[in-house]
Amino acid sequence: MLRTVVTRLAGAAVMAVLATLVIFLIANTVPGDPVLAQLGDIAASNPATVAEWRAKWGLDLPLWEQYLIFLRGLAQGDLGTSIASQRPVLEDIAQYAPATVELASIAFLLALGIGIPLGIAAAVWRDSWVDAAARVVSLIGVSSPTFWLAFIMLAIFYGGLQIAPGPGRLDPIAFPPDEVTGFFLVDTLLAGDWEGFRDAAAHLVLPSIVLAAATIGLITRTTRAAMLEAMGQDYVRVSRAKGMRERYTILRHVLPNALIPVVTLGGLAYANLLAGAVMTETVFSWPGLGRYTFRSAAALDFPAIMGITLVVSVTYLLVNLLVDLSYAMLDPRVRR
Amino acid sequence: MSTPTLEVEDLRTVFLTDAGAVRAVDGVSFTVGAGETLGIVGESGSGKSVTALSLMRLLEEPARIAGGSIRFQGRDLLAMRPEELRALRGDRMAMVFQDPMTGLNPVIRILRQLTEPMVGHGRFAAPEARRRAVGLLVRMGITAPERSILRFPHEFSGGMRQRVMLAMGFANDPALLIADEPTTALDVTIQAQILDLLRQLNAEFGTAILLISHDLSVIGSVCRRVAVMYAGEVVEEAVTEAVLADPRHPYAWALVNAVPRIDQPLGADRRLVSIEGAPPDALNLPQGCRFAPRCPFKVERCEREHPPLAEVAPGRLARCWVTQAGQVLPKAGGAGLGGVRPPPPPAAEPLLAVRGLVKHFPLPRESFFAPRRVVHAVNGIDLDVARGETLGIVGESGCGKSTLARLVTRIHAPTAGSIVFGGQEIAGASPAAIRPLRRRMQMVFQDPYASLNPRMTIGDTLAEPLVAHGLARRGVEVRDRVGGLLEMVGLNPAWVSRFPHEFSGGQRQRISIARALALEPEMIVADEPISALDVNIQAQILNLMLDLQQRMGLTYLFIAHDLAVVRHLCDRVVVLYLGKVMESAPAEALFARPLHPYTGVLISAVPEPGRQRVLLQGEPPSTLAPPRGCPFRGRCPIAQPVCETMPPLAEAEAGRWVACHFPGGFSHAGLGA
Repeated sequence: MLRTVVTRLAGAAVMAVLATLVIFLIANTVPGDPVLAQLGDIAASNPATVAEWRAKWGLDLPLWEQYLIFLRGLAQGDLGTSIASQRPVLEDIAQYAPATVELASIAFLLALGIGIPLGIAAAVWRDSWVDAAARVVSLIGVSSPTFWLAFIMLAIFYGGLQIAPGPGRLDPIAFPPDEVTGFFLVDTLLAGDWEGFRDAAAHLVLPSIVLAAATIGLITRTTRAAMLEAMGQDYVRVSRAKGMRERYTILRHVLPNALIPVVTLGGLAYANLLAGAVMTETVFSWPGLGRYTFRSAAALDFPAIMGITLVVSVTYLLVNLLVDLSYAMLDPRVRR
Repeated sequence: MSTPTLEVEDLRTVFLTDAGAVRAVDGVSFTVGAGETLGIVGESGSGKSVTALSLMRLLEEPARIAGGSIRFQGRDLLAMRPEELRALRGDRMAMVFQDPMTGLNPVIRILRQLTEPMVGHGRFAAPEARRRAVGLLVRMGITAPERSILRFPHEFSGGMRQRVMLAMGFANDPALLIADEPTTALDVTIQAQILDLLRQLNAEFGTAILLISHDLSVIGSVCRRVAVMYAGEVVEEAVTEAVLADPRHPYAWALVNAVPRIDQPLGADRRLVSIEGAPPDALNLPQGCRFAPRCPFKVERCEREHPPLAEVAPGRLARCWVTQAGQVLPKAGGAGLGGVRPPPPPAAEPLLAVRGLVKHFPLPRESFFAPRRVVHAVNGIDLDVARGETLGIVGESGCGKSTLARLVTRIHAPTAGSIVFGGQEIAGASPAAIRPLRRRMQMVFQDPYASLNPRMTIGDTLAEPLVAHGLARRGVEVRDRVGGLLEMVGLNPAWVSRFPHEFSGGQRQRISIARALALEPEMIVADEPISALDVNIQAQILNLMLDLQQRMGLTYLFIAHDLAVVRHLCDRVVVLYLGKVMESAPAEALFARPLHPYTGVLISAVPEPGRQRVLLQGEPPSTLAPPRGCPFRGRCPIAQPVCETMPPLAEAEAGRWVACHFPGGFSHAGLGA
C-alpha cells in the first residue's frame, strides 16, 4: 500500500509540472501583453519604459528560458513574483487559498451529507413521494445557474427575511481571528472566540449552499442509480433469504457496493468545487482564490497564473489519489 | 405420521404486467416430508424458480401470490407477518441460488457472510459462530478454512463459492433447503462434488431438500421424487427413477428422450427426440391441455378439456388424458436404436492438422517493476480433423478449449506451433492471407444472445458475409440466398426483416448456424453451441447439425462440456486438461474404456442416477503457474513419482493416443456402458 502511495505521489508531481508547461504555452499564445496591461497608456507608448519592464520581468528572454527560470524557482519552492501585486505568488496564494478551501470543503460536506442520504432514501422508497422530492431537489440543483441562485438566495434570506448575514467572510465590523490556518472556522475556535465562530459559520451558510447545489443534485442521482443497481444484485436476495433485516441488508450489503461509483464522482466534485468557486466568490465578495484567479487572468499576470495552475493541478491529483486509495478501502477486488 | 416439512396446495403466483396477469405458477401442489428430497424439473419459463421464490416469500414486484396455501411445518406461510417470515428465512428454511459468482457480496469477507445468519437469528454468539463457520467450511470440503474464511469472494473459484453458499444455507441447520439450479454454472467434476455433498448433508442432518434443475439426471442423483413442471403446472410427479425409465406425461417423455444418456448404447440414427414449438404464452393459455399444441400423442379431448393431475399407476401422477386412459408412451427415441453408423471416409490428408500449438496471454503488469504474469492457455496441442468427421473437444473450464477454437480459426494468433488447414500453413499467416480462409472455416458461438448484432435485421446479418466475400450481389441475388439459408436451418424465410430480440434462444442459435453456413464452409468450429439452451432446444440444434453434416459433408470441431452430447455427436474425442491433450480416441471406445485417468474421472462425474462416482478432489491448478510434469498428477488417483516427468502423447492402441505413464491403469466399476 505504501509503495502504491509513493509511486502515485511521484507520478502526481510529474503530472503537475507537465500541467504548468501546458499552461505556460497556452498563456503565451494568448494575444495580449502583460506589460501593456500593467503600464498606463502613456508609459506604454514609451518604448524605453516598455523595454525596461520587459527586462525586469524576464519577458525579453526566449520562451524556453523563461520556462526554465520558472522551473528553477519551483525547485527551490519559489513561484516567482506576481506582476500585479508585486508580492511573491506563494504569499498571495497562501493568503487567498484558505478562504476558498474552507468554502469548498463545507460545500463538499454539504453535498455528501445531503446527496448520499437523499439518494439512498430515493432508491429505497423508489417511486414514492420521497423519490419524487429527491428528483425535484436534484433537478433544481443541477439546472439553476450559480449566479442566479446566489442572487435569489441573497435576496430572500438576507434582503427579505433578514435571517442570513450578507456577503463576506465575517461581519464588516468584526475583526478577523489571528491567522493560524487561514480557515476562520478553525482559527476562531483556536482563539476561543465563540462569537467569531458563529459569525464565520453564519457567513458560510448561503455561499456553501449555492456552491454545493449542482453537486448535491449529481450526488443524489448517482447514489440513487448505484443503490438501485446494487439492490438488484443476487447477494441482496441472498441476504434476504438468510433472513437478515431489511435495514441491515440495505446498510451492510447494498450501501458499501453503491458507494464505489459515488466516491469517483465525489473526488471529481471536490476538485470542481475548488475550481468552480469563482462565480460564488464574486457574488458573495468572498476573498478567495477564485477572485484572485480572475484578477490575475485579466492582468495577464503570468507568474500568478502559473502558480495557481500548479496549486489547482496538485489539488486535483491529490484528490484523485485519495479517491483511488478509498477504492482500495471500499473494494477488496482492487487491493493488492 | 408427523407433520410434513412443506405442504404446498394449489399455489398460484402471478406477474401483474400492463398486458394482464401472467400466471407463472398456476395451481401447483406438492408435499415434502421431513428429511425428504424432491426435485422440480422443467425448461426455462416453466415456473420452477418462481415456485421456489414463492415458497421463501421472496417474490419481488410485480410478482405476487394470488392463491393457494403454503404450510411450513404446519404453519401457514401466507398468513405470516413479514417479521415472522424473516425469522424463518435462513433459519428453518434456507435457499441456495444458481449463480455463485454473483450470490456473494464482493466487498464483505466470507467470514461475515457466513456468520451473519447465525448471529442475526440469535442462534450463536459471534465467537461460536466463527467456530461453526470454520466447521461448516471443513464439512463443505474447503481446504485451510481458518485462512480462507478471512478472504473475499473474488479470491475463490466458482466451485468454492458454491460451497460457501451451501455452508450459508446450512448455517442454522434448517429443516428445509431449497436449491435453485445450484450446479448449473459449474463444471461437471465440481457439479459431481456439490451434488454428492447435497446427498450427504441430507443423509447426515436430515434436512429436507427441494432441488430445482432443468436437468433430470442432476435431480435423479439427489432426489428420490421429482415433479415435472410445464407452463406453470405440475404435469407429472413420481419417483425419479420411474420417470427416467418410463415417463407418463408426453412432456416428461420429451425431456427424458431429448438428452443423450451416457450409459445408453449408441445407434446409427443419432437424431434425438425433439418437440417442435414453444411453451404457450402465459397470457393466453390454451383451454385444454397446455402441452397439447406440441404433443405428438394428443387426442381430440386434449385440446378441449384441461386434464387434472391424476394417478395413472400406483404412486404415479400425470396430467394427461392419454396416459390416464391407459396408453403407454413409446420407449426411447432415436438415441438408443441399434445399428452401426458408417465411419467417415478415411481422408488421405486431414482437413485440419495442428502441431505443437501454444498460446500464452501475458497479463498487464501490476506495477512498473513487477514481473509480467502469463496465462498458459494452450500448452502444446497436437490434433487432426479428417474431412467430414466430427471431432469433439472436452475438458473443464480453463482447459483451453475455447482458446483452441479461436486459434484454429485464427481469431487469435498462436504463440508457437503450426496449424495446417486444407494444406495451407496458417499459424503465422497475415490477416490478408486469412481472409479468404474465413470462407472455408466458420464459427458458431456459445451465446446466441451476444453473438448477433441487436441493431441488424437477421436478413442483414446473413447478407453481410455474402456481400463481404463477393459471393452474391446486393439485391435479388442476396435476398434469395438469405431466404434459402433461413429455410435450411428451419426458419421462415419471411422473417428476414426481424431483429434478433424477436427470436427465442434456439431460433437465434439457428440464425448463428445459418450465418456460419452462408459462405458454404468446409468446416465449422462450434464453441459450446448448445450449452445456453433448454434440453428440448438442444435436441433440435443437435439434430439440425447432424442433418446439415449429412447434406453438405461438413466437418465439425465441436467444443462442449456435456460428455453425453459429445459421445452422441462426435466421431472422435480429444480430452484437454490445462491446455494439453490427455487422450484422443474414437468416441465410442473412449467412453467405453477410457485409458487416461482424467477421462475416467470426467466420465464418472456425469450425473446419472444409480451410478457409482469417482469424486475428483480439488480443482484444476492455476493456468498462471502450470505444474511441471503431468498437469493432472496433483488430482490423479493413480499418480506415481514418475509422473513428475510429462508423459508423451503416445499411441497406446490402434487409433488411441494417451498422455499417461499408466494408460488404462485406472479403472472402476461404474465406468463404461
